[in-house]
Amino acid sequence: MTYEQLLQEIATHDQRYVVMTAENRALVRNLPGILGDRFIDTGITEQTMMGAAAGLALRGRKPIVHALAAFLTMRAFEFTRTSIGIPNLPVKMSSFIPGFLSDGNGPTHQAIEDVAIMRSIPGMEVFAPADEDDLVKMLPAIWETENPSYVRINTTSNQYKHTNYELGKAEIVAEGKDVTILTYGFMFENSYHAMLSLEEAGYDVGLVNVRSLKPFDVDMLKALIGKTQLLVTIEDHFLTGGLFSIVAENLVSNQWSIPVKPMALDAHWFRPARLQEVVEYEGFDVPNLVLRISKFIQENQ
Amino acid sequence: MKLEKRIELQEFALRVRERIVPLASEGGCFLGASLSAVDMLTYLYTSFLKIDAQHLDDENRDYLFLSKGHDVPALYGIFVELGWLEPERLKNHLSVNDHIYWHPNQHIPGVEFHAGSLGQLPAVAIGVALEIRLRKGNNRVVCILGDGELNEGSCWEAFLVAQAKQLSNLIFVVDRNHFQANMATEELIPLEPLQDKCQAFGLQTYRINGHDFDQLEEVFTQLELNQGPSMIICDTIRGKGLPSIEARADRWFCNFNSQEIADLLDELHQIKQADITSQTIVAR
Repeated sequence: MTYEQLLQEIATHDQRYVVMTAENRALVRNLPGILGDRFIDTGITEQTMMGAAAGLALRGRKPIVHALAAFLTMRAFEFTRTSIGIPNLPVKMSSFIPGFLSDGNGPTHQAIEDVAIMRSIPGMEVFAPADEDDLVKMLPAIWETENPSYVRINTTSNQYKHTNYELGKAEIVAEGKDVTILTYGFMFENSYHAMLSLEEAGYDVGLVNVRSLKPFDVDMLKALIGKTQLLVTIEDHFLTGGLFSIVAENLVSNQWSIPVKPMALDAHWFRPARLQEVVEYEGFDVPNLVLRISKFIQENQ
Repeated sequence: MKLEKRIELQEFALRVRERIVPLASEGGCFLGASLSAVDMLTYLYTSFLKIDAQHLDDENRDYLFLSKGHDVPALYGIFVELGWLEPERLKNHLSVNDHIYWHPNQHIPGVEFHAGSLGQLPAVAIGVALEIRLRKGNNRVVCILGDGELNEGSCWEAFLVAQAKQLSNLIFVVDRNHFQANMATEELIPLEPLQDKCQAFGLQTYRINGHDFDQLEEVFTQLELNQGPSMIICDTIRGKGLPSIEARADRWFCNFNSQEIADLLDELHQIKQADITSQTIVAR
């Protein structure tokens, strides 16, 4: 099932849903004819779209809003924080091409601070599915809540079949004594293959698909303490405010002790190019992940 | 408008002003912007809008969004006069024990939405108007804007969208008091010719004296609510009703002592001119 098929099915069965876009129709091309007046394209107006979504929600609707991740989160930020965050209205944000997925667009289009800024809004829930299979498994539970939410839409495909989703819970893919990789979104696939390579090299490696950045699965983190020697966070996000920060916040506030090594974009925008080249250049392809993680393990021993 | 009704509205608005003036002490309030909006809000709440604070969940009721926000003392005064807000609560202005502060918020029954960040509510009003259309309703949505607020690009973005969606149940009203925070609008970011600009954005635009109840009634009762969104530019006077602060750039945010408040209440009743020495606070 695709994102659009799922959205069509849910919106057709529940009249509360309204599909909105700031003229970003890539994921919803077929819906205007199907949803009629409940498909609302406001044009290239992320601010007005978010404010209007608040107004629709005020009257009982659940708007699912679409725009490019950078503009949805940043151009419209104050509208989201003020008109949706303060009254905690159930507006569901679907952000297109977050993280590395903006490939050749350049820094104007790079949403690599989106997790940091969206999770700063009280009540806002933040999710990052690993691929389209994960996405369609997660979305029904995400859209079901009466809170606002932000989803890093990821329609990439791979062979991995995910488990069913429980709101706020991570997916434990594997447990490992030497290291446990925590990742989310588009970086899941390379992290998965890096885990397999490291296993072949003789390491005992765990992998967690974090799925939900807010609420964060603290029980998952707690269960890792004492069971694994090292945590590595991998994310196509700035080092500031993303998964590394979330893990650090939870470790410190619970007084849990474990070494954590981050792999993130450290205070720089990534080099724009074709997706695979971006990933290699920035050091997030499988060979680079394997190299960096084995170095972390050796340093930790 | 019949003479009795005009007198009734004028007396109502005077009582609202009496409620507002004391709020400009013990911490103060945006007095001038509140007084300029009193008459248009009085007309809208008493004679145009179908809103009852007891039945806010009525699907067919009208809406008023106060986007400029600084004028919320006018709403407090009107809500007291309508019986929606206990007059004693105004004594809680700026107290942590209540929710009566410088900007609107939904803890006050009748306030539709929190406001104060300028240029936010035109979009929210569009969303409500769109939802009403989804239900094929006839409810009307009024959004009050300040003229200084029109500096914000999001207002004009919202006008484009409201026109594109032909939201005939949406009525923008500008409190054209000719001042923004610290100076006259035309000295900083000129708005004129404002009517032409709004008309060019596709809004059905009218310009009236916002203190004249006859003109307010004429424009609102004759509004064609089937020809896209409307814009009513209400020319007003900042501080209307208190000559000693009217149309003065240095009387924006006011925080007076108790003697000055007593004098201003006398001035409101044209007993004598107040002698104001407290300086305005501009750092807001």
